[in-house]
Amino acid sequence: MTSDMILPFYQALTADVTALAAQVTVPSTDAVQSIRRKALERFTAMGLPTLKTEAWRYSNIQRYLKEFPYELLNNAAPVAPTVAQQAAIPELDCYRVVLVNGHLQADQSTLPEGKGITIGAMSAYADAPGFVTYFNQQHHLETESLAQLNTALFADGLYIELAANTVLDRPIHVIHVYSCTAHSFIQPRHLWVLNRNAAATIIESSVHPETTAVAFANSVVETVVQENAELWHYCVQQGEDSFREVSTTAAQQFKDSRYHHFSVTLPGTPFTRNNTSVALNGSHTETNLNGLYITNKHQHVDNHTFMDHIMPDCNSNELYKGVLLDDSNGVFTGKILVHQEAQKTNAFQQNNNLLLGSKADINSQPQLEIYADDVKCSHGFTAGQFSEESMFYLRSRGIGEEAAKALMVNAFSHDITDAIHVPALQHFLQEQIAEIMNN
Amino acid sequence: MLTIKNLHAEVEGKKILKGINLEINKGEMHAIMGPNGSGKSSLASVLAGRDNYTVTEGEVWFNGKNLLDLSPEDRAREGVFLAFQYPVEIPGVSNLNFLKTALNEIRAYKGLPALEAREFLKLTKEKQQLVDFHSNLMNRSLNEGFSGGEKKRNEIFQLAMLDPQLAILDETDSGLDIDALRIVSSGVNKLRDAEKSFVVITHYQRLLEYIIPDFVHVLYNGRIIKTGTKELALELEERGYDWLKEELHLKESV
Ligand SMILES: Nc1ncnc2c1ncn2[C@@H]1O[C@H](COP(=O)(O)OP(=O)(O)OP(=O)(O)O)[C@@H](O)[C@H]1O
Ligand SMILES: [Mg+2]
Repeated sequence: MTSDMILPFYQALTADVTALAAQVTVPSTDAVQSIRRKALERFTAMGLPTLKTEAWRYSNIQRYLKEFPYELLNNAAPVAPTVAQQAAIPELDCYRVVLVNGHLQADQSTLPEGKGITIGAMSAYADAPGFVTYFNQQHHLETESLAQLNTALFADGLYIELAANTVLDRPIHVIHVYSCTAHSFIQPRHLWVLNRNAAATIIESSVHPETTAVAFANSVVETVVQENAELWHYCVQQGEDSFREVSTTAAQQFKDSRYHHFSVTLPGTPFTRNNTSVALNGSHTETNLNGLYITNKHQHVDNHTFMDHIMPDCNSNELYKGVLLDDSNGVFTGKILVHQEAQKTNAFQQNNNLLLGSKADINSQPQLEIYADDVKCSHGFTAGQFSEESMFYLRSRGIGEEAAKALMVNAFSHDITDAIHVPALQHFLQEQIAEIMNN
Repeated sequence: MLTIKNLHAEVEGKKILKGINLEINKGEMHAIMGPNGSGKSSLASVLAGRDNYTVTEGEVWFNGKNLLDLSPEDRAREGVFLAFQYPVEIPGVSNLNFLKTALNEIRAYKGLPALEAREFLKLTKEKQQLVDFHSNLMNRSLNEGFSGGEKKRNEIFQLAMLDPQLAILDETDSGLDIDALRIVSSGVNKLRDAEKSFVVITHYQRLLEYIIPDFVHVLYNGRIIKTGTKELALELEERGYDWLKEELHLKESV
């Protein structure tokens, strides 16, 4: 780090985090304050990840944190409704939640209402039963220093709790608006709890309207999928050039539950790190982790996943597919941990890549740790170019090279897009992919 | 329509085509026969523009244009169609979407507007009937999991949809059962007219009973060593290729 650079937030982070913590007050129950204090201690002990941190070997986060003199930003100035509208998905019949820097904008939101539905700002629900039981309880968060930083310093976020047997009739579209006038580090924190037999679909998108002030989001979503509940969780990342993001999703699943997670990263944001981890705290669960990253220019996308098979008789299926254009860089880490008690585990993992740019690159590493003997686990990795045979076949029918590539990329990503169970979202993403490939 | 002059081509440094001469006029049906490995598919590939073949000598003219200067897609747009001996499977590309894209790209090249959805469907239905192509195959991924015969039928269905001026059918008959052979041949016959030409590559005289050729050529070792009429195919069926090879050696040793 050069000494003549002004790096207020980065310096404060490495020097005096406690002073930063003093700025943060909400939500402020004693329990939360005590969790925050512990998180701060952990963060201080761990420090920011470096290239020597095993989980960050291929993503130089320090470089991105030093890139601009970020200030910690905890509040939100009003933002015109047209901004959130930019993230709207055509034809999507949904509830809408607009958050600006993590703060709920009730006037721009259409919240689901009714028996069994609790939804609102985290700061307003710090003593709700779901919050008290589950907040910061997903234990994977403990080993990730940026998640600890979020716990210590977050300002606000979205709390959702569905009571037992509550089934949402429409998806909730959560639009994260990150808005700032100076380069800012923004840390929203969310907790979504589905109790027994509940079901929901949540789609996340984000918008950062300013082009000159850079926003760096370090967000954490905790999800809890209780007995026989089902959550479809989509994350659509189409960030701007002036946006950077570390996005942590930590899920807990209980007996007979189903969790389907999709992370779709498209061109835009130069730096994206997704930590996706699932702790299986009950048996007979189903988990699908789907990822699609289509990257261009100098984009860097790092998907870091962790399937923690704690209990027996659980199925997990992980499929991450990447299309890397130009000089873009992908990283995929797939950790699968099968505990000794987790007999009859089925855990499958696959990471396939199309390396289409001359300097495009992918670093992929499966990490399987298996302590049970009666399990079925597999992993696979491919990186390649378009099949010449297929390209020739398409072109021999009059399809130009660019259109043929677009068809092939669509085909390559179809097992991810086909699994999207919201038709409007599926259609939207297919169109986006076609558009990226036609440019 | 198509003039091939002294065409030489190689693949991976291996000489495959060694001086092909062929003239195809409008409305003609040419059959090419010849032993395995003689270069039949290679000739088809060179005409369609497969880029692992290098043309080392010779010319190919198609309607006054230098075919060898054109990209594969432009050859198709100009009206050249190759029904592949081994059609590839492309998972994730729907047959329908593929055809729509192809048709519209060809139309755009000719300055025509994209087909409206209704017109496209109408055309699809009509051509499907022509080759008895099952409509449930339409919505599947391109050739994925198709049986050998279904793939071949799909080639002819595409041929009917794209309506080229010159169609090269590379062993479209192999893999077809007797009924399918009849259906596909009658489809091809219906597509025949005074403006269109065909080259059918086959090992079997049987196909030529349904699709009557104007000319039969024998390709051997990268060259056309004999040209005749449909009777030549019958003779080959009876006698095989050895007598021709002998004739050739006699000629060459003179
Ligand atoms: N990519 C390649 N690399 C090396 N040799 C090749 C390649 N492609 C074709 N050949 C060779 O070129 C020769 C001609 O092959 P081609 O497929 O044109 O024969 P064919 O007449 O169509 O035979 P068949 O009747 O078996 O279909 C063969 O010896 C074949 O092995
Ligand atoms: Mg052949």
